[in-house]
Amino acid sequence: MIKSIQELEQIRKKALEELEFRKQQGEGIRVVVGMATCGIAAGARPVMLKFVEEIQKRNLQNVTVVQTGCIGLCKYEPIVEVYEPNKEKVTYVKMTPEKVSRVVAEHIVNGKPVYEYTIGYEEAKEANK
Amino acid sequence: MNELSLYILDLVQNSIEAGATIVKIEIIEDLVNDKFSISVKDNGKGIPKDVITKVTDPFYTTRKTRKVGLGLALASQLAKDCNGKFSVDSSGKGTEVKIELQNSHIDRPPLGNIIDTLLTLIATAPQVDFVYIHKTDKGVFAFDTKKLKDILGEDVPLNLPSVLEFIKRELSDGLSNLFGGANIND
Ligand code: FES
Repeated sequence: MIKSIQELEQIRKKALEELEFRKQQGEGIRVVVGMATCGIAAGARPVMLKFVEEIQKRNLQNVTVVQTGCIGLCKYEPIVEVYEPNKEKVTYVKMTPEKVSRVVAEHIVNGKPVYEYTIGYEEAKEANK
Repeated sequence: MNELSLYILDLVQNSIEAGATIVKIEIIEDLVNDKFSISVKDNGKGIPKDVITKVTDPFYTTRKTRKVGLGLALASQLAKDCNGKFSVDSSGKGTEVKIELQNSHIDRPPLGNIIDTLLTLIATAPQVDFVYIHKTDKGVFAFDTKKLKDILGEDVPLNLPSVLEFIKRELSDGLSNLFGGANIND
């Protein structure tokens, strides 16, 4: 299975440096993707992978992506929660890979949540119907 | 859901929620007998008997049973639709879910992007050991994250970008070899 153990050993060295850097940065940002059945059916997989890809592309060392089960809001799936240290959590709904790019650029990198994608915006819209 | 790999993702999510530390995913494409089989086996805390019978009934998905996975109901329905079989065995340690479909059945969804499913799982649950075995008439592809961990060591999690990239390449190479016809028995 492992064609190049050498390559893996090189990755290990680099990874240890990355980890050391992370530690120095202190507590980072956590992106939580809902992956219950309804989330998966609604497209959570490409959303999750898009986060991983963007974070890798931009070399953001202090961001981690994790999954959670049922968030309890089926009709808004795929749902993503962003936790920043010392800030209130932001809940994004009906996520798509395209929306992910913007959330990473504006929120994760520049600290400005994308209001139009949040649950608050969605609920306000519904209340005004 | 229109890809078998999404059903698999969902079943493995159940395993992770059941606290599994090892999950084995096995796919057997048996053209000779016209069968496409999937098995997801874990060492999680298992599903109580009375719950199993309920969760496979799509009309009995109340809030309470959702936790155990609406996916089981979908998977059992899929088996029905594709002239197949479905079973959940949670009698021993952990749980094994088996889906067997008629390979040529018109309603059988394609496998879809199994690499994305595996990457999603490894990225979001790096603590779990995943074993993936894919058999076709042409050969076997086997992938085991434990082997990667042995080389990377305890302190390097599998969900680091550089490691994920490596895993993605390993999987695409391995699977394209398998479908290209080479026998790559591990
Ligand atoms: S089942 Fe849909 S959010 Fe939980």
